[in-house]
Amino acid sequence: MQVEQLFMALDRREFLRTAATAGAVAVGLGGASQSVEGSVAQTNANSVGVLVDIPNCIGCRKCEFACGQAAGFDVPPIETFDDKSVFEAHRRPDPHSYTTVNRFANPDNPQKPVYVKANCLHCDVPACVSACLVGAFKKRPNGAVTYDAWKCMGCRYCMVACPFQIPTYEYDNALTPQVRKCTFCFDKIEAEGGVPACVRICPNDALVFGKRSELLALARDRIRTRSGAYVDHVYGEHEAGGTSWLYLSSVPFEQIGFVQLGSLVPPRLTESVQHGIFKFFVPPLALYGLLGLVMWLTRRDQDQQLLPVAAGADAIAMRDNGRTHAMECRGASEAPQAAPSACETEVSEVAR
Amino acid sequence: MSSTESPRPVQKRLLTPGVGILLALIAVGFCVAVYRFIFGLAATTNLDQQHPWGLWIAIDVATGVALAAGGFTTAALVHVFHRESFHVVARPALLTAMLGYTFVGIGLMADLGRYYNIWHPAWPTMWQGNSVLFEVGMCVMCYLTVLYIEFLPIVCERFMEDERRPRLARTCRAVHRAVERTMFLFILAGVVLSCLHQSSLGNLMVIAPSKMHALWYTPILPLLFLLSAVAVGFPMVIVESLYASWSLGLEEELTLLRRLAKPASVLLGVYLAFKVGDLLVREGYRGVAGTTQALMFAIELVFGVAIPFVMLLTVNRRTSGRWLASAGLLVVLGVALNRVNVFLVAYQPPYSTKSYFPSTGEFAVTAGLIALLMLLYRVIVTHLPVISQPVGVPKT
Repeated sequence: MQVEQLFMALDRREFLRTAATAGAVAVGLGGASQSVEGSVAQTNANSVGVLVDIPNCIGCRKCEFACGQAAGFDVPPIETFDDKSVFEAHRRPDPHSYTTVNRFANPDNPQKPVYVKANCLHCDVPACVSACLVGAFKKRPNGAVTYDAWKCMGCRYCMVACPFQIPTYEYDNALTPQVRKCTFCFDKIEAEGGVPACVRICPNDALVFGKRSELLALARDRIRTRSGAYVDHVYGEHEAGGTSWLYLSSVPFEQIGFVQLGSLVPPRLTESVQHGIFKFFVPPLALYGLLGLVMWLTRRDQDQQLLPVAAGADAIAMRDNGRTHAMECRGASEAPQAAPSACETEVSEVAR
Repeated sequence: MSSTESPRPVQKRLLTPGVGILLALIAVGFCVAVYRFIFGLAATTNLDQQHPWGLWIAIDVATGVALAAGGFTTAALVHVFHRESFHVVARPALLTAMLGYTFVGIGLMADLGRYYNIWHPAWPTMWQGNSVLFEVGMCVMCYLTVLYIEFLPIVCERFMEDERRPRLARTCRAVHRAVERTMFLFILAGVVLSCLHQSSLGNLMVIAPSKMHALWYTPILPLLFLLSAVAVGFPMVIVESLYASWSLGLEEELTLLRRLAKPASVLLGVYLAFKVGDLLVREGYRGVAGTTQALMFAIELVFGVAIPFVMLLTVNRRTSGRWLASAGLLVVLGVALNRVNVFLVAYQPPYSTKSYFPSTGEFAVTAGLIALLMLLYRVIVTHLPVISQPVGVPKT
């Protein structure tokens, strides 16, 4: 029966392809994850960061004001940022504000709510950088993750990829929309002694700018010396593979709006598959060669070979001047009167 | 009824009530698309800062690519495995794939914020080999080119016997000969490129494990996308062939399509096994009872995979075209629902305050694109030798 042969052939193809892909992924895993780890180590050594000491934040929102000014947004006067009513709802960064401060209830002391500043954490292995198909996002040596609008296609895969839900989009701009997010005041911190605008204006030492490695040491020191003042966790040390921004809190992070991520590095998941499938282009070329081989081995029409000719072929192929024409010869069983000549010619050819 | 069948332009009046409906849908979709390009995405779509991808990505792009898989599965069946009796369905499947991928590109243009930069991934200084989307983009661009080349002989055949235009006929004959001689290279490239980007489309969401619902998030998402694309190939060919026959008043290719049911059921069974096996191994079903996601997953699995799998298994010599078309349509809709589920329903951003539902404008553009695709299919089969018909007049 021809259908069984057919699906055996399909099954074999399916199996071979799966095996080839799986093998390729396994081979590729080593190399790809190595390169990702390499980039982590490199950025960690030289990059800067900000330590956010959450208990120090008084919710003055001056950082929101300074950020808006630095980014060149049309910001209202600084007094308007004293308005506490905005804390009624949780706000996320948007295309016109790269940072927002939110208020959370403090379970230990209801009189002293917790204020948390949200902005891009500038990951060590940023998912947005890995996701962007035109390289519009870059992880800079100083740690900042920056964006080149002129390269951007506006596909918004960066927004899908970011585990912190940070990049935002100018949906209302019809012609030149941009992805907007905190730039880490890249131009400022590149200059000697430069500090991000939010850090500069912070009146209560909630934000400390410095080398990430030193900030990490400082954070651990604070946890140790002020015992009980902080939970024993520096958020951003390992989250999503580590971030330039680090956080200390007196309240468990999951209670104040932090995403529970663990140390899983998202780009490693996709890049290992990606680089596995394209390892030296071997898997695609191997599949190409394999299919070519199948094509050559089965070069005679399989239906003709398999069909019992006498039983009334229901499918016969005819070749004319190099081109293959297939014809349904229902004739044999269903319509005996139909053009017997063509079928008979073919049948006799097959039978020879 | 005649036994000799070869691809010829279908002799059929173009304007019918059905075509009128298509034209209306196209007109509405076109107007909304113009509105989108003038006033932007915010004015047209329900996309927001929490939901960067919507209907256009899930249907126009992801489902479009999946449903065009009939092109490469049929090409592999006929030209790689040389099951040449299926040649009859290869050309319509090729046309569907070519139109499908063209519309993926057009649909993507509507969704891209900076659509005029759509060529950037092809520019070497902007290549970003770590990006899954880069791989998808490059493969789709290459495959679209391959599809156009594979389609070239069909265009040439239309004109190469044209005695009124001898120069055009001569050129067509030369191009036809050249392409046919090298065709095997393009056929193989098409199959390889398809396997690569069909799986990579599934890899897209693998980068967002913390945002994806456990029912769909799995490291083998690329494999599931590949298996489902391969599985939907033949059912798509069945559906497309039967609806084209009915719509154009041609005889159904029932004998041949019944024979496609068996491999289709096997491929669908493989997909079903992997999907269920993966869910059981990961225990992704834990704590989902009663949620919208659980309902959507159940619909996808039962109506989109399990039921058509059984329906295809029961196909025999006497199975009606209606039964075949129903089974095929369930698989097609099941894969479409899977893409919607993976890209939209499963996507749960951490700071989400609302859910996404497409706007009327988004539906209008998608419907318009599908209508335009169907209209173009009809126009092309009435002008180019795509559909094989008995020599003589069509069934009355």
